[in-house]
Amino acid sequence: MASFEYNGKAVDVDEDGFIEDPSVWNEELAKALAEIEGVTEMSDDHWKIVHYLRDYYKQFGIAPMVRKLCKETDTPLKRIYELYPSGPAKGACKVAGLPKPTGCV
Amino acid sequence: MPKEYKTPKLDELEKGPWPSFVKEIKLAAKKSEMSNDLLGQLEQSYNEKLGHWKHGGIVGVMGYGGGVIGRYSDLPDKYPSVSHFHTIRVNQPSGWFYTSDALRTICDIWEKHGSGLTNMHGSTGDMVFLGTTTDHLEPVFKDLTEAGWDLGGSGSDMRTPSCCVGPGRCEWACYDTLQRCYDITMRYQDELHRPAFPYKWKFKFAGCPNDCVASIARADISVIGTWKDDIRVDADQVKTYADEGLDIFNDVVLNCPAKCMRYDGEKKEISIDNKDCRRCMHCINVMPKALRPGVEQGATILIGAKAPIVEGALLSSVLIPFLDIDDEEEFEAFCDLIEEMQDVWCEEGKNRERVGEFIQRVGMGNFLEAVGVEPIPEMVAYPRDNPYVFYEDFYEDEDE
Ligand code: SF4
Ligand code: SF4
Repeated sequence: MASFEYNGKAVDVDEDGFIEDPSVWNEELAKALAEIEGVTEMSDDHWKIVHYLRDYYKQFGIAPMVRKLCKETDTPLKRIYELYPSGPAKGACKVAGLPKPTGCV
Repeated sequence: MPKEYKTPKLDELEKGPWPSFVKEIKLAAKKSEMSNDLLGQLEQSYNEKLGHWKHGGIVGVMGYGGGVIGRYSDLPDKYPSVSHFHTIRVNQPSGWFYTSDALRTICDIWEKHGSGLTNMHGSTGDMVFLGTTTDHLEPVFKDLTEAGWDLGGSGSDMRTPSCCVGPGRCEWACYDTLQRCYDITMRYQDELHRPAFPYKWKFKFAGCPNDCVASIARADISVIGTWKDDIRVDADQVKTYADEGLDIFNDVVLNCPAKCMRYDGEKKEISIDNKDCRRCMHCINVMPKALRPGVEQGATILIGAKAPIVEGALLSSVLIPFLDIDDEEEFEAFCDLIEEMQDVWCEEGKNRERVGEFIQRVGMGNFLEAVGVEPIPEMVAYPRDNPYVFYEDFYEDEDE
């Protein structure tokens, strides 16, 4: 299993860099993951997406459909790609510490 | 020194006169360790009757959500060169017309960044580049875009539209498939690169009912060329076919699905009752010099086909019987309808539900109402044989 290091700590990640255990997530880790997905600074807009994804995941156990994400966070898809250049699935979900989405987002 | 794999099972697939993917992989293996390990892993899979690719990975390039399909070996220690073996879809040109220069450029790029193996073309229509590693994705994307290429669709987005060669080579094309395929590709770049639909959304453009891109079986939106007026008949050529020994009565007339043709064997004359003709192309295909589609040409728009992946296979059904799609205004109307349908399907569709399945679930009547299209008899598969037609106007007064 691969591991990802940040601030001297290490977490297990899968081959696509998604963290294996969602419970180890914290904001520091999110910032570090964001960096490898091309996000230099986590703004409020970035966090809004991350928090929405985490809340949804806690409630339903899966990632929301992209359209729902856009609607409920009031963020057009274009803007999501500006915030997370690698997109909602590979980028935002990874930073939010969700398990790898399967086909939906 | 590269490993050498014994591949008796794969070798079987090199026998016979036909092309062989094993031959091609072996050729590539001379230059690429990745292709070589692919041989080893594939032989092992054949021996064990077990695939050794893990299910689904999420990889991509910055700015795009589709176009790359992540793939990893589950035996990375044994076959390290295929531990990553991602697939890249590259948007093909309309009708698959390339200059040899273009092909050389593509192959050079791919030998530099991947296994060198391609699949020309995948069932989506894209060029498929087989096998590269995560750290090569951005560089290969950069090289491709610099040479004027772009990635295709994957996942829940608009898949790369594709079309038949149409007017580029084919006399039967009833509209410009190449142009319209290109127009849709360019207009919906966002939808193509940034998946946001319930599931995939495929467009295929066929110039006539021969449907050389199998759009009726595979595309969510099939655009199939057709004509409104009468089949053009060249009487002299009919006689020539008869004189040359074509059995017009048995091979043409009796095989007409609409039974709308008559043949006078003495005069060697064909007559067609065009209002019953189903535009199936059969007679035209058998007697191409004598018969041709009419002059009032356009396309039929159909909706809802899919291959049997999540649920069973569906053929598409008629949505718009005739549209002069070469006309700019009618093309705009077509695009408006597409967007209307996207909205309804995205709003109400379930995750991983193709539009055809969605229509089955909510009912064609409701779907038509939601997208603002009037139901008409042309939408019914066998209008003349189907006794289950519900006339709303007829029932309204008495039964409600
Ligand atoms: S679908 Fe029709 S127009 Fe297109 S290539 Fe085939 S025969 Fe020709
Ligand atoms: S196109 Fe088909 S249905 Fe029409 S006349 Fe020819 S064979 Fe018959």
